Amino acid sequence: MSDRLRIVLLLAPAMTLILVLFCGGLAVGVMRSFNYMPVIGLTQPNLDAYRAVLSDPAVLRSFLLTFHIAFTSTVISAVIAIAAALLLRKSFAGRNAVNFLFQLNLTVPHIVGAVGILYLFSQSGFFARMAYQIGLIARPAEFPALVFDPFAIGIILQYVWKEVPFIGVIVLAQMQALGTDYESVARSLGANRWQAFAHVLLPLILPGVLSASVIVFAFTFGAYEVPLLLGASHPQTLPVLAYKTYTDVDLAARPQAMAMAVVITLLSGLMIWAYLRATRARVRA
Amino acid sequence: MTRPSPLSRSLLVLSGVMLIVWLILPLVPLLIWSFARGWRFPDLLPQQWSWQAWEYALSARSGVVESLGVTVLIATLATALSILVGVPAGRALGLYRFRGKGLVELLILAPVIVPGIAVALGLHGVFIQLGLTNTLAGVVLVHLVPTLPYMTLVMAGIYANYDPAFEQQARSLGASPLQTFIHVTLPAIMPGIIVGGLFAFLVSWSQYVLTLLIGGGRVITLPLLLFNFASAGRNDITGAIGIIYILPGILILLFTARHLSGANGAVGGFGRT
Repeated sequence: MSDRLRIVLLLAPAMTLILVLFCGGLAVGVMRSFNYMPVIGLTQPNLDAYRAVLSDPAVLRSFLLTFHIAFTSTVISAVIAIAAALLLRKSFAGRNAVNFLFQLNLTVPHIVGAVGILYLFSQSGFFARMAYQIGLIARPAEFPALVFDPFAIGIILQYVWKEVPFIGVIVLAQMQALGTDYESVARSLGANRWQAFAHVLLPLILPGVLSASVIVFAFTFGAYEVPLLLGASHPQTLPVLAYKTYTDVDLAARPQAMAMAVVITLLSGLMIWAYLRATRARVRA
Repeated sequence: MTRPSPLSRSLLVLSGVMLIVWLILPLVPLLIWSFARGWRFPDLLPQQWSWQAWEYALSARSGVVESLGVTVLIATLATALSILVGVPAGRALGLYRFRGKGLVELLILAPVIVPGIAVALGLHGVFIQLGLTNTLAGVVLVHLVPTLPYMTLVMAGIYANYDPAFEQQARSLGASPLQTFIHVTLPAIMPGIIVGGLFAFLVSWSQYVLTLLIGGGRVITLPLLLFNFASAGRNDITGAIGIIYILPGILILLFTARHLSGANGAVGGFGRT
């Protein structure tokens, strides 16, 4: 058997599944977003759904909220993750146990973390009770709204909680592979601790941080269950709005849901492009 | 390097402790709620403790045990299919250079980044035509979209460090292709199958919106049940389901930390669900 045939046979099952399920799903979504559905007799594609979606101020607010959540969560997670990795790369007693605890919530599904954040930060949650016990508030309603709030603080807290170990584990592995030699050289040449970090270590780990951050951004931009549980009812994030529009009793709204899905996909396509650029930069470095 | 002063040393320890506490903290109320009998504002701890939530969760009428079975079944099937399909694909990507490899890698990686909801809305229409909506088979199939990339990428990594010459030697010594696979190839790639399989299992285990949409409320996995009890305000039962739901992941992490040390970089993928 030639190598060529062998490669085709080895890849055939995976490619079939990806082309049918992933590309097929996307393609049908795109067709429906153009009002093109031969099955029910719609054979004239048009841009009505996009016009409706893009001119709707509610969709714009959803987009801005979703972007705010994804961007803020990613930046805060990346900064804390780098600090955590700097801390955890040192040798200290009980390091294995601490590493285990650091990685623990990587395996915890988002929805469980979201419920946990709800029980901690809601107006009758653990921190509100603490505030009452030390006399800061007299009633639950006096506790600041940190979940179901317009700034999506609860959602961001959940993502930061979940994504710090994700980026942190990747950065930590990178730092351990690099060792401390480069920084030692910089220090012996007169750099202070901050300079050794900012001018030597940070540029070395940056490609890894960037590619991990891109995955986090794309995920938080498209995630559904966390904003569903912790978000305000208005405005909703783009994925929540798309799902709600899709399952609306009014079937005529479905092309609009598809148009929103296409917008989400295009934005994540941009993310893939950025991701590939970041990983390519890493290969070159 | 210079030795840090005692003050900066204790600051470092303090920030480390705060980091770990913050990472564990959201799980604590779930555990407490599951043993609480009413836990009203402003009590920091429940006035009364009880097994009620656990008794209810483990009884037949709550549907938790049935849902646990469904979740295990779906994750196991999705994992098995991912192994069957992902191992050959990983072999092609790890062992060979060929034209269009970049495109194949992009196609395999894309489902990790493109949000599930964008794929699922389109796929829902196709699955209606095929009669796969509201069925377990449909949910297993849609779970393959996020699980297959992890399995394939892990196997591609394994095969990149694998020497196929051993297979030729086994063949030239008279082993059949099946014998060669079982006695030569399989032992060499087993660590990848275990790590990739555990990945795939956890990724399927964590799915929410794909199950909700394709399962149409007929296929009820643990996260769907958890969400229902959480939005109904049954915090005690939500707590019990939450603890049951996170246990397999923690056991898998313990197992991989003990048996597959050095696989830390790969464990990073657990977060992507």
